[in-house]
Amino acid sequence: MGQFLQQLINGIQIGSIYALIALGYTMVYGIVRLINFAHADIFMFGAYMGFFLAPVMAKVFGGAFIPTIIAAMLITGLLGFVMEKLAYRPLRYKSRLSALITALGVSIFLENFCAMPFVFGPTFRAFPDLIVAKNIPIPGNLGLSVSNVLLLDIGVSVILMVLLFWFVNKTLIGKQMRAVAFDKPTASLMGINIDVVISTAFIVGPALAGAGGILYGTTYGMLASPFLGIWPGLKAFIAAVLGGIGNIPGAVLGAYIMGISEAFATSVNSNLGYGIAFAILIGILLIRPSGLLGKFMPEKV
Amino acid sequence: MTFLRTHRTMATVIASVLAYVVIKLLSILPLVNGEPLLNAYYIQLIILVGINIVMTVSLGMVNGFTGQFSIGHAGFMAVGAYTSAMITTVWLHTSTANPWVGYPVFIVAILAGGLLAAAAGYLVGAPSLRLKGDYLAIVTLSANELIRTVIRVTDALGGPRGLGGIPKFTTLEVVFVFAIVSVVLMRNYLFSSHGRSMKAIRDSEIAAESTGINTTRQKVFVFVFSAFFAGVSGGVFAHLLQFIHPDNFSFVKSLEYLIYLYVGGSTSISGAIVGPAIFTLLPELLRGLESWRMVIYPLILILTMIFRTEGIMGLKEFSFILIPQRQRKEVSV
Repeated sequence: MGQFLQQLINGIQIGSIYALIALGYTMVYGIVRLINFAHADIFMFGAYMGFFLAPVMAKVFGGAFIPTIIAAMLITGLLGFVMEKLAYRPLRYKSRLSALITALGVSIFLENFCAMPFVFGPTFRAFPDLIVAKNIPIPGNLGLSVSNVLLLDIGVSVILMVLLFWFVNKTLIGKQMRAVAFDKPTASLMGINIDVVISTAFIVGPALAGAGGILYGTTYGMLASPFLGIWPGLKAFIAAVLGGIGNIPGAVLGAYIMGISEAFATSVNSNLGYGIAFAILIGILLIRPSGLLGKFMPEKV
Repeated sequence: MTFLRTHRTMATVIASVLAYVVIKLLSILPLVNGEPLLNAYYIQLIILVGINIVMTVSLGMVNGFTGQFSIGHAGFMAVGAYTSAMITTVWLHTSTANPWVGYPVFIVAILAGGLLAAAAGYLVGAPSLRLKGDYLAIVTLSANELIRTVIRVTDALGGPRGLGGIPKFTTLEVVFVFAIVSVVLMRNYLFSSHGRSMKAIRDSEIAAESTGINTTRQKVFVFVFSAFFAGVSGGVFAHLLQFIHPDNFSFVKSLEYLIYLYVGGSTSISGAIVGPAIFTLLPELLRGLESWRMVIYPLILILTMIFRTEGIMGLKEFSFILIPQRQRKEVSV
């Protein structure tokens, strides 16, 4: 029982990080119908920003965590904005697949450019301690404990998710985003500036991924190489699809399912922990072809 | 030249044989300081180009000509690679020492690999081809990673250690014959009535269905056919590298083929030949730039997509690939 609860807690922790990445995938997909493969590398970029900014922030502000995460979010948001402007905007009214290949190109570019010695370098780096890790035992005789890093991961991601829900549901630009996701041509006829909406999606999504990167660095304490985004990014993407891509609550739900199932499967066998995500996804898509919370759109002739 | 125009298969073969002769001569004749222009390393690259061409053309059948979106092609390649390597290396212990025994075993092994990959293609395709667009893409990607996970946890296949000691059956000649036969077979299929139904499905699935095409059957068949060629390519690939590892066949590899296909031009067989040829050799041509080459390579990719969205070849074909419109015979009822 103790083992079970411990794995559940670990799963929720991983799931929180996946959720932050998955939200960016799902927002961009909902608005431009593009699988933004470079999103995983933006996550990586955010993690490295944490590595470089944390010492500076610690000196300037005293505490490192909050200023670092905000700065990293701003920088990754800017990166997302520039990326859309340069690489995706010229292809907006062309075939969707060419945009997808471009996204792959941007992804390869970011990985290899960041691996250059004068950028981030290809080698392993130890992530600075943004907070002092402590284990807090849970009262009771199950022998459970949670670390403060875990509470921080869950807390930060929940705060950001709540902010995002507020942003999407209550602000004007959020309403415009939902309108564009629902029907782009009609939305533009209603006087919504599509360019602004798309740019917003490409700022907000990457900013969340940047925050995810900082949490990843804090949790694992190391950054393996600029290629580290590929697998968490893929998992988060799978989570977004699982929940119904384009659907924001779906992405969060999918991410937690993914994180928890991964934690349980990894405790059996590490290869199984890797593969379980794909088995679950195939199983669910065969039963519900548009994901758990996705709406099925009948095709009109 | 009328002969060449009416016998396009012959023309394709002749063009390829000419290419073979040129490459072979360049690898034998001492042109540069008493050394041949193409050393063993370049020959290996050319062999890889051949394998990548077959992979890309077979991916193009699904993605370009049928309009489905599969991004898990490397998974089927893995099935073929592991099956053939198990047959030649682990079960039959063949070697290149006696080619009269070795090559028949090799051919049987790669065909068996292709058939098993086709079976895997059926398992993936039959239930999932009713999914549309991006969801199909995700399922194929997941199937790819699932196949890789299964290989990783199966100790008999070498698991995470990989499988080594595979005899090197894949030579320049083998790859030429393999690539020509495969591309001609796929080309003929694409220009048959099946190929026309595929294009109808791509252009409008509902319209195709209403004209009496069994779209599901057609899509599954193309998927299986394409997986077969991916499997055979995997076998040829395994007998070139002599060591295979599950990580050789991750979804990153599938994405590579996707890049080759869309840069070359997804709705053109010639494009599926040009794309892998250029983008397999490009990192080598950029070798002088050292670590900058993997930065320049994606930039070239992005610029190609922005300025030539439909791919290098677009809808065009090299003339030797096309089959002329045959004289239609009136069929009396």
